[in-house]
Amino acid sequence: MIYFEEVSKMYPDESLALDGVTFSVEPNEFISVVGHSGAGKTTLLKMIVAEEYPTSGSVLVSSEEVHKLKGEAINRLRRRIGIIFQDFRLLSHKTVYENVAFAMEVAGRTEEEIHSDVPHALELVGITRKMWNFPNELSGGEQQRVAIARAIVNQPEIVIADEPTGNLDPENTYDIVQILKRINNLETTVIIATHNTGVVEALNNRVVVLDSGKVVRDTKCPNLIV
Amino acid sequence: MFFTKLKRVIRYGFLNFWRNAFISATSVLVMVITLLFIGSIIFISAILAASLDGVRTQVDLSVTFIPEAPNIEILALKEELEARPDVASVMYSSREEVLSEFRERHAGDRIILQTMEELGRNPLGANLTIQAYNPESYQDIAAFLEPEMALGGGENIIYRINFRDNELAISRLTSLIGAVERFGLVLTVALAFVSVLITFNTVRLIIYTAREEIAVMRLVGASTRYIRGPFVISGVLYGVIAALITLAVFYPMTYWLGELTENFFIGLNVFNYYLENFLQIFLLTVLSGVFIGGISSYMAVKRYLKI
Ligand SMILES: Nc1ncnc2c1ncn2[C@@H]1O[C@H](COP(=O)(O)OP(=O)(O)OP(=O)(O)O)[C@@H](O)[C@H]1O
Ligand SMILES: [Mg+2]
Repeated sequence: MIYFEEVSKMYPDESLALDGVTFSVEPNEFISVVGHSGAGKTTLLKMIVAEEYPTSGSVLVSSEEVHKLKGEAINRLRRRIGIIFQDFRLLSHKTVYENVAFAMEVAGRTEEEIHSDVPHALELVGITRKMWNFPNELSGGEQQRVAIARAIVNQPEIVIADEPTGNLDPENTYDIVQILKRINNLETTVIIATHNTGVVEALNNRVVVLDSGKVVRDTKCPNLIV
Repeated sequence: MFFTKLKRVIRYGFLNFWRNAFISATSVLVMVITLLFIGSIIFISAILAASLDGVRTQVDLSVTFIPEAPNIEILALKEELEARPDVASVMYSSREEVLSEFRERHAGDRIILQTMEELGRNPLGANLTIQAYNPESYQDIAAFLEPEMALGGGENIIYRINFRDNELAISRLTSLIGAVERFGLVLTVALAFVSVLITFNTVRLIIYTAREEIAVMRLVGASTRYIRGPFVISGVLYGVIAALITLAVFYPMTYWLGELTENFFIGLNVFNYYLENFLQIFLLTVLSGVFIGGISSYMAVKRYLKI
């Protein structure tokens, strides 16, 4: 599904964020990328949606070389991947409903599809009650649920989450992890970056450990390393 | 699909406009000022053109004939003059008319009138008043008439050729108005340019605050056109509303200035001018607003679409 081949990333200020990263992700896998702050987790995830470009090496998503795509092809790739951010990043002038609908509009869905799918996605993350509120009227946990609904509403093949629980309390963190698990059970590949050991333990899935831009460990038994 | 997207883009353009009411009001206000400048260019140039035209009709060449000059010859000369391409009009005043005009002009001056009485005959010759299209042509016309001058004796019938008494004042005023016209044009164009820049920067600032959201839209897979569309629609909306406000402001403004300009400048009432040319002014203002609002939004979004 996703292949990283000798991917290195040197930022313009000479900092080496990724250093020869090679690994692959199978369909329906749930992977946690962990590592110290500055290890390169965010950079790694950005590679998958062509938000950053590698200095060398290549990234393949469903056998398409991501960084050779141009214009509309990049948009099409991104529509097949749901992204969740640590700081939610909802569109502040759109309601909860419109935020989720936006992802569908972008993918060229009809009004009928949007009307039936958006409430469904909001139901999945448990936030139907606040459908017509604006993001600044929601708590952090609620906003992150909306962001997840936006990420999954197009039934993407892959969901990427960068520190999805970084700004949440333990209870909300637990809920979000459960939601992500449920998404994974719906045959979606999920990749999350986190340094929350509790999350890693709760998931008990494959873990890729990054250190100074290198993969130093890739294991199915996270409880041994954390 | 195209129409669905177009519909969505327009809907969001309007929604963003309402949901950012305060920001929208600010940019509309800035745009109104810009459009007032642009509109003023029209009025100022109309006033200047009218006053320049007015002054031009005040300049003429007066040809006085000797009293003995036969009418037929005068009328023949008149026809000859009228045939010239640079002559706008030639007006003939007979000896009698010249005399009664003279009497009228000196109605209070008993000595002059008495002298005229004592003379017992009309000492004044007939007169042609020539108006050229262009003040520069008077020199040529005078040169054309030169051979007819009576000073050399013989058959010549012209007693005197001269510009009206206010010749000097008029030529000064003409060049002054010409200079003001050019200066006014440069100044208003400069002001309009500056205010377009201010508008552009206001819109840019608004879109700068949305740059992170634009990045998110990109990462969700939105095409550049779909992201840009609502911003451009909002920008166009700023322009249209600003244009309507500007046109409304012009109404009382030209009304108050109307009489002033009518008396002060040569007969142009800007209020009437506004009403008579409303369609053109309407179109120019609205199109300027739409253009400035649309283009500035379009350009401002562009730089945040690179992700
Ligand atoms: N835009 C950038 N320009 C320059 N250097 C950058 C940029 N983004 C990241 N870096 C550097 O690259 C390295 C990896 O950064 P990255 O954000 O991928 O780390 P991270 O593992 O996500 O850290 P955190 O856990 O704090 O989010 C860091 O040394 C960082 O300073
Ligand atoms: Mg990070």
